[in-house]
Amino acid sequence: MSLTALTITKARRGLAAKEFSARELAEAHIAAVEAARPLNAYITETPDRALAMADASDARRAKGEAGALDGIPLAVKDLFCTKGVLTTAGSHILDGFVPPYESTVSAKLWAAGAVMLGKTNLDEFAMGSSNTTSYYGPVENPWRRAGDNRPLVPGGSSGGSAAAVAARAALGATGTDTGGSIRQPASFCGIVGLKPTYGRCSRWGVVAFASSLDHPGPMTRTVRDAAIMLGAMAGHDPKDSTSSPVPVPDYEAALTGDIKGLRVGIPKEYRLDGMPGEIEALWSQGIAWLRDAGAEPVDISLPHTKYALPAYYIIAPAEASSNLARYDGVRFGLRVPGNTLDELYENTRAAGFGAEVRRRVLIGTYVLSAGYYDAYYLKAQRVRALIAGDFATAFERCDCILAPTAPSAAFPIGEKSDDPIAMYLNDVFTVPADLAGLPAVSVPAGLSADGLPLGMQMIGRAFDEATVLRVGDVVERAAAFSHLPGFISAGAQARR
Amino acid sequence: MIEGRTGQWEVVIGLEVHAQVVAEAKLFSGAATAFGAEPNSQVSTVDAAFPGMLPVINRHCVEQAVKTGLGLDAEINLTSVFARKNYFYPDLPAGYQISQYESPVVGRGQVRLDLPDGSTREVGITRLHLEQDAGKSLHDQHPRDTYIDLNRAGTGLMEIVSEPDLRSAEEAGIYLRKLRSILRYLGTCDGNMEEGSLRCDCNVSVRRPGETFGTRCEIKNLNSVRFAVQAIDVEARRQIELIEEGGTVAQETRLFDTARNMTRPMRSKENDFDYRYFPDPDLLPLVLDREWVERLRGQLPELPDAKQARFVAEYGLPATDAAVLVGERATAEYFEAVAKGRDAMAAAHWVVGDLFGALNKSGIGIDESPIKAAQLGALIDLIADGTISGRIAKDVFAEMAETGADPAAIVEAKGLRQVTDTGAIEAAVEAVLAANPAQVAQYAGNPKVLGFFVGQVMKATQGKANPALVNELLRKKLAP
Amino acid sequence: MALDKATVARIATLARIRLSDAELEPLAAELSGIIGFVEQLDEVNTDGVAPMTHAGMTALPMRDDIVTDGGDRDAILANAPSPAKGFFAVPKVVE
Ligand SMILES: [Mg+2]
Ligand SMILES: [Zn+2]
Repeated sequence: MSLTALTITKARRGLAAKEFSARELAEAHIAAVEAARPLNAYITETPDRALAMADASDARRAKGEAGALDGIPLAVKDLFCTKGVLTTAGSHILDGFVPPYESTVSAKLWAAGAVMLGKTNLDEFAMGSSNTTSYYGPVENPWRRAGDNRPLVPGGSSGGSAAAVAARAALGATGTDTGGSIRQPASFCGIVGLKPTYGRCSRWGVVAFASSLDHPGPMTRTVRDAAIMLGAMAGHDPKDSTSSPVPVPDYEAALTGDIKGLRVGIPKEYRLDGMPGEIEALWSQGIAWLRDAGAEPVDISLPHTKYALPAYYIIAPAEASSNLARYDGVRFGLRVPGNTLDELYENTRAAGFGAEVRRRVLIGTYVLSAGYYDAYYLKAQRVRALIAGDFATAFERCDCILAPTAPSAAFPIGEKSDDPIAMYLNDVFTVPADLAGLPAVSVPAGLSADGLPLGMQMIGRAFDEATVLRVGDVVERAAAFSHLPGFISAGAQARR
Repeated sequence: MIEGRTGQWEVVIGLEVHAQVVAEAKLFSGAATAFGAEPNSQVSTVDAAFPGMLPVINRHCVEQAVKTGLGLDAEINLTSVFARKNYFYPDLPAGYQISQYESPVVGRGQVRLDLPDGSTREVGITRLHLEQDAGKSLHDQHPRDTYIDLNRAGTGLMEIVSEPDLRSAEEAGIYLRKLRSILRYLGTCDGNMEEGSLRCDCNVSVRRPGETFGTRCEIKNLNSVRFAVQAIDVEARRQIELIEEGGTVAQETRLFDTARNMTRPMRSKENDFDYRYFPDPDLLPLVLDREWVERLRGQLPELPDAKQARFVAEYGLPATDAAVLVGERATAEYFEAVAKGRDAMAAAHWVVGDLFGALNKSGIGIDESPIKAAQLGALIDLIADGTISGRIAKDVFAEMAETGADPAAIVEAKGLRQVTDTGAIEAAVEAVLAANPAQVAQYAGNPKVLGFFVGQVMKATQGKANPALVNELLRKKLAP
Repeated sequence: MALDKATVARIATLARIRLSDAELEPLAAELSGIIGFVEQLDEVNTDGVAPMTHAGMTALPMRDDIVTDGGDRDAILANAPSPAKGFFAVPKVVE
């Protein structure tokens, strides 16, 4: 079995048993990263750093000092600042930006011994659901529809991370989820994506999109891998005032497979009209799996679900319009000269921001501007409170919520890109958990009729990632999802 | 009141004072706040608003704001919220200033002013909130460019907003000095206007007595009490003239041109800004503990008003002297050290009179005074125990101011001890009488010549003779 | 509520993004579409509902007043497009 086909769990075992070295594991993945270039999943590859880190890992292991992720090659979404390594957020406006600091989350991964393969592509400033808004070009999904060779989107905004992990060009990757940016691409690419509770993983050093909604989290090929990675990423960070001091449990230990008597909520509002029957069917399948495992499905209602997207598309752009004001051509990144200061600002920001970012900055500026603040921003924050309230009420009757991750499978690159709202609808099932700050995981549960992966989503109580992972693990076992993307089964395998 | 062409006008003034919080580190970052460092040498990646950087508030800055609120006799809001004030300017790296908008940490309070006519009045404080200072723009370093130094960016500021309760430029000046005094007593702001740690925006409008408020203009960034007073005065006169010529005042932000002693509208977009305030999602609400606030209240020093009242009650000083003495904490402490166990009135006169005179002459503060409190006290003791006369004391004081020497030492070295030996004085008296028969003859008809004889005797004894004894002996000898 | 060209121009100025006149019309249409979409919220009764600004509602943590950062001007200026003599430089701001 090739080293890139391993999971984090198996690679850890192999490294511990000295079946292979961290360097061998890194070399295999560096080759895989190169092989995956057609997908455009990486913006920056860091093979030299990977080898150096791998050697250091082997040295630690020789001294018996191996950490939880020692020698594990990972990719980092290019929204995380990495000291001494170009960090772009997928935007032209951060041209040449090399941070003098390392994000807390990536620093924790390296401290656990992980090896950095590079920085993955993403929608510009994480604004998108198809990874088509990146200044560095779209990412291709390693999956193709049966009998249709059109390249598909990997989902977004963490599309590069999802594609890299699915294409075996990394054992795992970091992502960020603001409206579904971890879970939706995980669903589109047939991998596991976990959005932890807000405050679980530090935002320090992560380029901000919408501060009250940004959730860093792991993207892996198995639920157990996600548990392992989250364990290393999570924890209180005094540098982030919104980081939570709630202790981090042993997530791997939570994967008992035992969900007997667990009440699983099925939200009726997630049954959208016009939702593909196969997603409906997969959802019922998921319910059946959990019932068979001894869980007790309960019908619940999240009455304000319908309003999550509109609320999100006020709150996120409002925060973004302010968070992105710092990109002004003065201290870092792109600068387009002008005769006056305002010309410099306007030229730089016009050239530096792509269409979607511009749209959202303008919407955000508008909803915060004099006379509209109450009608839009305050209203959205009140609706947000109602949505969080819906979950609180629901969790009096259930311990975990099961729902589809996305209303569709991956679609061809270019589709929906001319219709912002159609694109926004991708996140209809993921946005509510972001607004409420609740943990949620997407697990590959089956294939669509045309052979594309579909994810199931588990949403839990605040700081109860353990339950979400435990249920996800059960779904994973039941689904026994073993399909491979065409990119591997055909292309990459042949190359070996 | 200002006399215009068409009659009396009342000036209405409200002040927004930006007071730099005394703290080692900045409001939301761990960079230093020291003044005068190399450009951009006290800047963290948070202050420069690098991607992914986040604010964490400095507890001491919050404490300083609360102390100040307590010192202004104001409500402390146990829950307050930080908001972003959004606008583009190169000395504002994030494109927004973290400030407080709808819920400031400190609410309504008041400041008591002592007016020149001896009366006092309360000026309302609307609010005090915490916010970040901006960096500095240097326009004189390059022909086409403005240079940006972010050392000051992110330093903690207390914005102290007054009610429109002030009625003249002079009152505004008194208010600023009083506020500065309170802040310095509290140690929450050093009040150093030259270094920009106290800056002031003045809202000025005029109206006919009794009428409702007129349209106000805000004069920004006045960095000395003198300039604030001048600016308010010229702005008020500008508005009066404008109205009297049939014009109307436009609400706008203006700048004071110190060179030409006039105000002019700001050119920047300052006047059509839309700040888009919203709660900073990087910061949770600031929640204070009632007990903690009360603990701070317990630790407050005695403030100028209380001290002044005590000086009047305890030392029997006139309110005006007391007001002068409490203006600076150091002065009040100096006075009390001198007055301790002595004639407080005498102590007050020496400090307010001779000492202040000497210090002003050499342009130094009381903490650099060449005469220490103990030394001034010793001088007063020498007068009290008759060692020297009040007249000689003046010379001794001058010498002390010169050399910083102890008064006793000066008196010894120069042999200034007062002569109280009757024999010696009697000899001097007789010598003077013998030398001036004509005046002796006049005495019967004109007792005033006594003064002449006293002068002569003092002269003969280089002022060391005890004046009381001299008078007594002269009267005896001249008596028919 | 639909946004007209003038409104788009105004918010673009507030956001310091240069837009050509040709861009205004299509953008006005796009943004109006989005605003129309979010205005669904008007259907929701939010009387007496407090706005939710944060997911994890705990009190603001505070740091000690200790100098722990700064002192590295080169690091601060390293990414600057046009630093000069230890400063950031911008076209002259006249005031
Ligand atoms: Mg102000
Ligand atoms: Zn202010």
